[in-house]
Amino acid sequence: MAVHALPRDLAETTAAYDRRRRNELLFFGAVVLALAALPLAVRDVYAQNVIVLTLMYAALSQSWNILGGYCGQISLGHALYFGIGAYTTSLLYTKAGILPWFGMLAGGLLAAALALALGYQLFRLAGHYFSIATIVIAEAGLLLVHNWDWAGAATGIQWPYVPDSWATFQFGRDKLPYIYFALGLFVVTWLVTFLIEGSRWGYWWRAVKDNADAAQSLGVMIFKSKMAAAAVSAFFTAVGGSFYAAFVSYIDPESVMAFQFSLLMALPAVLGGIGTLWGPALGAAILIPMTEVTRSYLGGSGRGIDLIVYGALIMVVALARPQGLVSLFTRRPAPKV
Amino acid sequence: MTPEIFIQILASGLLMGLIYALIAVGLSLIFGLMDVVNFAHGEFMMLAMYATFGAVLLIAIDPLFLAPLVVAALFVVGATAYLGVVQYAMRAKANLGMVQIFATFGLAVVIRGVAQLLFTPDYRNLPPNLLGGKTVSLGGIYLPLPQLAGGLVSVAAFTGLWLLITKTDFGKALEATREDAGAVALVGIDKNRVFTLGWGLGAALVGLAGAMLAINYYIYPDVGAPFALIAYVVVALGGFGSVFGALAAGILVGLVEAVSAVILPSSLKAVGIYALYLAVVFVRPRGLFGSL
Repeated sequence: MAVHALPRDLAETTAAYDRRRRNELLFFGAVVLALAALPLAVRDVYAQNVIVLTLMYAALSQSWNILGGYCGQISLGHALYFGIGAYTTSLLYTKAGILPWFGMLAGGLLAAALALALGYQLFRLAGHYFSIATIVIAEAGLLLVHNWDWAGAATGIQWPYVPDSWATFQFGRDKLPYIYFALGLFVVTWLVTFLIEGSRWGYWWRAVKDNADAAQSLGVMIFKSKMAAAAVSAFFTAVGGSFYAAFVSYIDPESVMAFQFSLLMALPAVLGGIGTLWGPALGAAILIPMTEVTRSYLGGSGRGIDLIVYGALIMVVALARPQGLVSLFTRRPAPKV
Repeated sequence: MTPEIFIQILASGLLMGLIYALIAVGLSLIFGLMDVVNFAHGEFMMLAMYATFGAVLLIAIDPLFLAPLVVAALFVVGATAYLGVVQYAMRAKANLGMVQIFATFGLAVVIRGVAQLLFTPDYRNLPPNLLGGKTVSLGGIYLPLPQLAGGLVSVAAFTGLWLLITKTDFGKALEATREDAGAVALVGIDKNRVFTLGWGLGAALVGLAGAMLAINYYIYPDVGAPFALIAYVVVALGGFGSVFGALAAGILVGLVEAVSAVILPSSLKAVGIYALYLAVVFVRPRGLFGSL
């Protein structure tokens, strides 16, 4: 009963709906507690690194899912917002000494503002035209940063070495602070999605995705809905980028804005179940450790076996479970898109 | 800038644009036929480049004459991709568009991995041949022979494609299936067969482009990605599904790239293409010739 993320059935009574929502929250609380205890049991540094990345991608994919899954706008350019977060935070910190926490907020707001400005034009494009435009804009952003000397151009930005501190969010060896921040980010994005799902906005977005024309005729404000989804999604993606910059202490254009980041944000949601509450987290929990493990055990030789395994998995899941793996746990069939 | 230099820039842009059009038209054709964007399109081109490389080493004939062989091989690759992967993606009961994107993207990653496994990530280039590295002067305009040959081959391929679509039964079946894939079954056209041949044709066209590009480009497992991105831009700029649109947009992209390379720092020349693309779709959301 726990993993339900589907729209409220017309047949479902209010009481049953409230019970399902409460159960979802309780289940979520249990999962978070288990995740919080995990790093205390797993002390290996490599494994803790994988946990940080998995939680970060769960949060990023959850953010992507708000626009891509709930609103049906398939962005393949979210690396742009990730990069804006990483660069805003790094530049403010290294150039002006502004602590990463403020940089994080600034990066998020900047990304949200850019998403609104771009969305004003982009949301007039349909289907593949929208997806390709998002790729193109992200690639243009990557090229511009590549040629921006003040921001380090191709060399990137190295964060100064400082003693461990929460103020600068720099920890040399200790991974726990990063694990708990990434977990916190995941909790926030999950809760935002949970609240949206139960709100009028959530119904609007699903209506826009299922049938935009019908939704409009019923008075749903399509354009406003998409803009709001884009801004929320971009904000949290940029916060994730800021976190990543602080975590690795060194960024360059390729390592935060390459096309593969846009894919890595979309893939967990697709794998787990697009437009569902639990899909992105489930997808990230499978995809990220698998990517890391195949890369370290099969990719070192540069022989491409890691790519073959990775690509085959994407293909098999897309073909065999189009509604995502989360559908294995739900009783009702996923809604058709 | 003297007029000669300006004409020189436009001429090389035009030739490159014709190649871009040839890379993109297969993508556009497949999309027009069945509304699927093939995210493995660049990998098809990469395979064609390696096929040319391998054939040259094995048979020791000039790459120019091996192109028909490569085109035939890519036809088989495209038809196999449809029969092995895409036809199942078309049957998805949920998230159809998403399944198609990620099934073809997964295929692209697998092909890249296989290329790395078989050929290593090293950069290769063809041994000296008829055209490679040579230049011809036409009335004071210098044109590299590989690009000139590529441009002429592209024009020939577009002419052939136009004849195929307008004059043959297969072309009519292609057009009819594009119009209404459900209704063609009623007049005895096997939809699945048309789709298979369409994928073969689309891959064969990008295969031809790959065979021509192999003459003067480095060959490596990721070589398809930058060309694929340009192909998506060309297809969206021309209008998804439009063959003529792919030709016109390809040429336009080639010209804009050549001019951007002169007025912008060379590392930013792609920004010129992106800016053109965005400027067009913001005014015409379905591209220049899109009618969907």
